[in-house]
Formats: sequence, structure tokens, C-alpha cells
Amino acid sequence: MFNVKNIRNDFPIFSNQADDFVYLDSSATTLKPKRVIDAVTNYYTNYSANVHRSIYKMGEEATAAYEGSRKKVADFIKAESNSIIFTKGTTESINLVAYAWARKNLKEGDEILLTEMEHHSNLIPWQLCAKETGAVLKHIPFNDDGTLDLSEPEKWFTKKTKLVAVIHQSNVFGTINPVKEIIKMAHDVGALVLVDAAQSVPHQKVDVQDMNCDFLAFSGHKMLGPTGVGVLYGRPEILETMDPFLGGGEMIRTVSFTESTWNDIPWKFEAGTPNVAQAIGLGAAIDYINSIGLEQIHRHEQELLNYALTKMQEIPELTIYGAALVRGAVISFNVENVHPHDLSQLLDNDGIAIRAGHHCAQPIMKKLGVSATGRSSFYLYNSKEDIDRLCESIVKTVNFMGGSH
Amino acid sequence: MDDLRDLYQQLILDHNRNPQNFRDMQNATATANGHNPLCGDEIKLFLNVENDQILDISFKGSGCAISKASASIMTTLIKGKTVAETESLFARFHTMITTGEIIGDIGKLAVLAGVYKFPSRVKCASLSWHTMNNALHGKENLTTTE
Ligand SMILES: Cc1ncc(COP(=O)(O)O)c(C=O)c1O
Repeated sequence: MFNVKNIRNDFPIFSNQADDFVYLDSSATTLKPKRVIDAVTNYYTNYSANVHRSIYKMGEEATAAYEGSRKKVADFIKAESNSIIFTKGTTESINLVAYAWARKNLKEGDEILLTEMEHHSNLIPWQLCAKETGAVLKHIPFNDDGTLDLSEPEKWFTKKTKLVAVIHQSNVFGTINPVKEIIKMAHDVGALVLVDAAQSVPHQKVDVQDMNCDFLAFSGHKMLGPTGVGVLYGRPEILETMDPFLGGGEMIRTVSFTESTWNDIPWKFEAGTPNVAQAIGLGAAIDYINSIGLEQIHRHEQELLNYALTKMQEIPELTIYGAALVRGAVISFNVENVHPHDLSQLLDNDGIAIRAGHHCAQPIMKKLGVSATGRSSFYLYNSKEDIDRLCESIVKTVNFMGGSH
Repeated sequence: MDDLRDLYQQLILDHNRNPQNFRDMQNATATANGHNPLCGDEIKLFLNVENDQILDISFKGSGCAISKASASIMTTLIKGKTVAETESLFARFHTMITTGEIIGDIGKLAVLAGVYKFPSRVKCASLSWHTMNNALHGKENLTTTE
């Protein structure tokens, strides 16, 4: 049985914050279970050696734990270990592809196809890349309901399209985009596809074989893991053809004063001492998610989402952005005559943490005609009571700011 | 809660709902734009300055209650003041919202004294002032308080 109370007991932060603490900002970063904190502490306390270079027991133990985490990540998304590169997060993962693949393979006039709902981290790297290579950026628009407008695929997927970089689940609308369909259309015109899965991998089953993507990026800290670790999955055949991203130790095989040869994938892309503790922590996060069950977590979130949508729609002053049928547990909204920053400040006073701002998606805000929105997002440790508290506090804020108190 | 009541005093809520001098100005002698990327607050400020005196000031834009009320209160205070008086007031206002210290008579600005307890909101309160200062000194470029 899915028992939120027991789950909350696994997260030390709930006993360290006030009793009425409600955390509704898991899309930004998630809270950490004790198991993850312990795994990190355990590495630093008991076997904090470097990896892949220490010929003594403790070093071997560290290497085994680090590589063990890679295997856990691989299994989690149905990939092979050699296709899993540890980075510092989604942002670095995307940049790795932009530098090590795109700059080598794109030329003037080639098209990089994005969508209008990308996070800045899947937009800026391509703007930089386009500027250097002469490639052109295109953006599939979104409809009023926060879904992609895929009505004229031939307009977007052409012979010139060389790379498609698309967000799996929107961090603003919650929309889960039809990436499988998009990947198929991209492959039909010979383009590769990178999926920004920062908001999907933590919340739903993602199978890279089934999805058939070429690259997939996500962050550890959004899936109960530590900050400072993320993942780039790359199709091994493509990774093999790529030059390294960063140069340094670890990523080499032989080095002379003038030339070097590269290590095998994935280590070719992990220059220098990696984020060992964080990667081990991510492995522990995956163990924890598996122990609860990703499908159960997903079902719980969907229940919360539906409950929250119903409850929030009962507040007349509230506007929700996005109405996709297939969506994750993220709700962006505004309250009439209350700026999201004031709302967030006043909710904080009631112990409720929501996000307020542009969510690293300024072009979306511009298209919606707002400068910012509030956003509440749910994860396994949230309950219906959290949503009741949120709605009560919003109503209270409306009255306070409106002056009718 | 007391801190928060300090931040959102009635006068601030009133100015937020009914901002003063919230309009365009045809005969402005100086204008400047300000932007706070964190909040998305945006302000366009208009000044009519003659012989070192601020004859008129107005603003347009959108923002949170703190930024809007701060801009509104500012316009009511500095209309009619000399440039030197305005600069002195700005300096003392800035000290107040960053440290809580009130130097001399700052009039209605005192309602913003609670802002210093909320570091993330200092930029909201100061945006209009920085923008006004830029307009005074002929810097039309975007002020940003990030
Ligand atoms: C959809 C999406 N992509 C990318 C990112 C960037 O992730 P990170 O900051 O961990 O690199 C985020 C996080 O805010 C996100 O929501």
C-alpha cells in the first residue's frame, strides 16, 4: 500500500522543518531520503578513495560503488552501462551533445529543431551552437492548452533537420510530449533526437530502447538524488564516433607529449575525478525509488494531480496554464491581482513552498503574456492534505491582497 | 507573521491596488527602463526635469506588490523635489531597505523598512529607484537589479 506517512518518515527534512511544512517544489529539486544521505556520508566516512586509479582495496570499493551506480542508472532506463555518462546535471548533459556532437556535425543551413516549451537549458546551448556553426533554430509551437502543435509535421521535419532536441515533460505545463512519435518523424528525415527527460525520468517509466532516442538527459537532484550529478544517455554507436567533450585524466588511453588516444565509452566523456559521492547517492536514490515502485509513485502523483486540478479550479481568481490530457504532476497558475512573488511570499508564511518565477522558460512566459507564474509540483511525499493547505492559503492570500479581510 | 505584516503593510497594499502617477508622459525630458529578471518586474519611468527640479514623474509597467507600491510611493515623494534632494533620499532609502537603518526623515518610505528582512525582495523595492536614478543621469538603458 502506498503510505505517504511512512514515506515522509524516510525523509529527515520533515522532522527538521516545522510540523506544518508543505513542500510543493519538487520540479525545481526534490527532498532527499535518508538512504541517499547515508550513501553519500558512507562513502566519505568509510571508503573515500578516487576511482579507476587506486590499486588498493578502498579504491576498488569506491570504483565498484561508482560503476555499480552506473549499472543502476542503466537498468532504470533500460540501457547498457556503456551508454551512461555521468555529468553534473541535465544542463551539462545537453551541452556535452552540443559541443561534442553538434559542433562537429552541423554546418551552415542545417536545422536544429526545438519546441517553444524548452527549458533554457535546452535552448541556450543550441543558440550558442547555431551561432558558431551557422545552423538554424526552429521551434515547434505550443497550443493554448500547453500541448505541441504537431499538425504540420512536414513544416518542421525536413531534409535539413539534423537534430531534434525536445523536452519530454514540460516543467511549466506538465504536458508529457509524444516523444516516440517525434523521434519517429525525426529519424524518418535522418535527424538525431535528444530528449530532455529532467522532469520525466523521476516520475514515470522511461525506456530508451522503446523510445528509440539517440540522447537522453536528466538530473539526479530531481529524482531524490544529490545535486551535482546528472546523466547523459547516448546511443553507443554514436558515442563511439564522437570526440571527447572535456580533456584530462581518466578519459585517455595513451598520452604522449603531442598526441593521445581515448578511453572507451563512457569514460571517454568523463574527464578528471568524477562526482563519485553524488553518483553513488544517485544509485541509492534509484534503489529507493525501486523499493517504493515507480509505477506506484506515478499513480499516487496522478491522483494528487487530479485532486489538485479540481480543488484549484474551485478558486475563481485562479488561472491554470496548460490543460494537456497526458501530463505530469506540475501545475502552473496565476491568481488575479496577486503577483506570483507576493503569493509565494505569503504562502511561505503558512509553511508552504511553491515556485514563483519564469521557470527558466522566459519565451513561454512571453507567449502566455505573463511575467511569471506560480507553480506547484507533487512527488511521492505529498498528500491531499498538502493540496488542501495550498488552496486554503491561496484563498487567504486573495483576501489579504484584495483587502476584504 | 509579524515580519510579513511589516512587509505587506496596508499602505503598500493600497498603493499596489491603486498606484499613483501610473501613466505615460508626453512631455518627458528623460525616460528609462528597468527590469528585475528574478521577479519579471518591468518598469518604464518618465521624468520631467527643469532647472534641476523634478516637475513631474510617472511610471508604467508590471510587477509584484512591493515593486509597484515602492514605485508609486516614490513618485508621490519626489515630485517637486530638486535632483540633489532626490539623490539624498535615494541614498537613505537604499540604506533603509538593505540594513533597516532609518536616517533622518524619510516620510512614507518608512512603510518599506521591513523589506531588509527579506533579502530576495530588496531588488523589488529598489528597482524603481535605480531606474529613476538612471533616467536622472541620462542612462536610458535597461536597469537590471539582478
Ligand atoms: C525540463 C528541464 N530541463 C532541464 C533542467 C535543468 O536541470 P539542471 O539545472 O539540473 O541542469 C530542468 C531543471 O530545472 C528542467 O526542468
